[in-house]
Amino acid sequence: MSQTKEAFEQSEPAAENAVVAHGISKNYGDVQALQNLSLEFPRGQLTSLLGPSGCGKTTLLKIIAGLLEPTSGEVEVNGHAITGPGPDRAFVFQDFALLPWANVLRNVSFGLELRGVAKSERESIAEKYIHDVGLTGFEHSYPHELSGGMRQRVGLARALSVDAQVLLMDEPFSAVDEQTRRKFQEDLLSLVQHENKTFIFVTHSIEEAVYVSDQIAILLPRPSRVSEIIRPTNFRAKGAENIRRDSEYLDIVDEIWASLRTYVE
Amino acid sequence: MIVFGYRLPGMSSLLVWGLLWEIVGRMGVTFFIPPLSDVLKTLFEILGTPAFQKALGETAYAFAAGVTAAITIGIPVGILMGKSRLLDELLLPWVNVFLSAPLTALVPVLMVLFGFGMKSIIITTTLFAIWIIILNSRAGVRQINRSLVEMARSFGASPLDAFFKIYFWAALPEILGGVRIGIIRAVKGVIIGQLLISIVGFGALFELYSANFLMSHFWAVLIVLFALAFSISEFLAYLERRVAYYAAKR
Repeated sequence: MSQTKEAFEQSEPAAENAVVAHGISKNYGDVQALQNLSLEFPRGQLTSLLGPSGCGKTTLLKIIAGLLEPTSGEVEVNGHAITGPGPDRAFVFQDFALLPWANVLRNVSFGLELRGVAKSERESIAEKYIHDVGLTGFEHSYPHELSGGMRQRVGLARALSVDAQVLLMDEPFSAVDEQTRRKFQEDLLSLVQHENKTFIFVTHSIEEAVYVSDQIAILLPRPSRVSEIIRPTNFRAKGAENIRRDSEYLDIVDEIWASLRTYVE
Repeated sequence: MIVFGYRLPGMSSLLVWGLLWEIVGRMGVTFFIPPLSDVLKTLFEILGTPAFQKALGETAYAFAAGVTAAITIGIPVGILMGKSRLLDELLLPWVNVFLSAPLTALVPVLMVLFGFGMKSIIITTTLFAIWIIILNSRAGVRQINRSLVEMARSFGASPLDAFFKIYFWAALPEILGGVRIGIIRAVKGVIIGQLLISIVGFGALFELYSANFLMSHFWAVLIVLFALAFSISEFLAYLERRVAYYAAKR
């Protein structure tokens, strides 16, 4: 199945990369946050941006989202340079960014509401994704009545419901508790497998990055650059419950820590 | 409040003060304070009179028009000030000056500019109410969570969408607080306007009754005014509590 899909998409140039960053630099006044950074994000895969705090990973993600303008360089999504936010990308926020005055149903359908989708249609789409993220029965609850993990499920359902090809996730699990985070990571693996979307995932957790990623870009700070790209190969197919004790998984975690530890003050 | 194990309904303390008023009035300490029962009797007598209803109508009209203007201008200006650094720099000094200025002193200027009629009274009312509404709307927008704004942008919100679907609602608890205080100030404004600009409405009644030493009439009208202001303020406080569930969680 995947072969026919690939053959079909190869008619378009650069089809294997959903997102490409070309020579991105970003200055805040005199401070150089990103310097001449180039990176490719393969279609249908999850790429993590991993690095110590202050390495510009969130800045890069927001530039890809179109929320920040790069000082120089450009981002291509599906071969087209972006000029701002677009319907081909959806964002999942670290602090969830839910409307506190709106219930779950309206929050999930808010992206569609902004795109002018009719109320009945957007609510039926939202219902589907509320079901998919496991929040059936909470449609009419308000964010303050939900736990942190449930709130992020709302944020995820909102991003999924606009059906963007690229999902941008800014440390989406850092504000939820450890057990919920593990569940989220497992769910994310099956999401990557079943949704034909490209995921760009910012995290500061080495274990999390290695666990969920097809490709890990290690970013080093001052000024930010991609120091290394790691593609775990073997343990991906062994099933979510076996990953954490796979020897390749453990080796990669150690290796990344060895290269990052000098940058952690 | 709980007294001897009984929970008293809200505002029970008014009974105590009412009783004190009655006693002082009965003792005849001063003509200025007639017994409360006399005042209430007078109140029900004058409620039906054409003079009172005309005064009520004039005051209500000036008050409603002034407050409506203050709200419809104040909220957007405050939100825009909160959003735009430039507009904020331009307008904030003036808002602060007018908020604390003795506006009563400006009334003669308004009379020169806008005449001695209803227009000047309405503008006085607006001037009393608008500044705190602007300042509160501005404060409400400034504390808005940045990622809500980014969220709206990332999902393609137009500036108009962002204004009506994010900024307004996110600032609503502060806006309602501002409107409530603004309305209380507008009550002051409308009465001062009616006393200083043209003697109409409740202002005329106060003037008439105090000049003729009709103290029960004077107090009766004052009670009506207090009751109206209090009811409006309580209604807005009720609306504020309706949105309080998210005020702390934005």
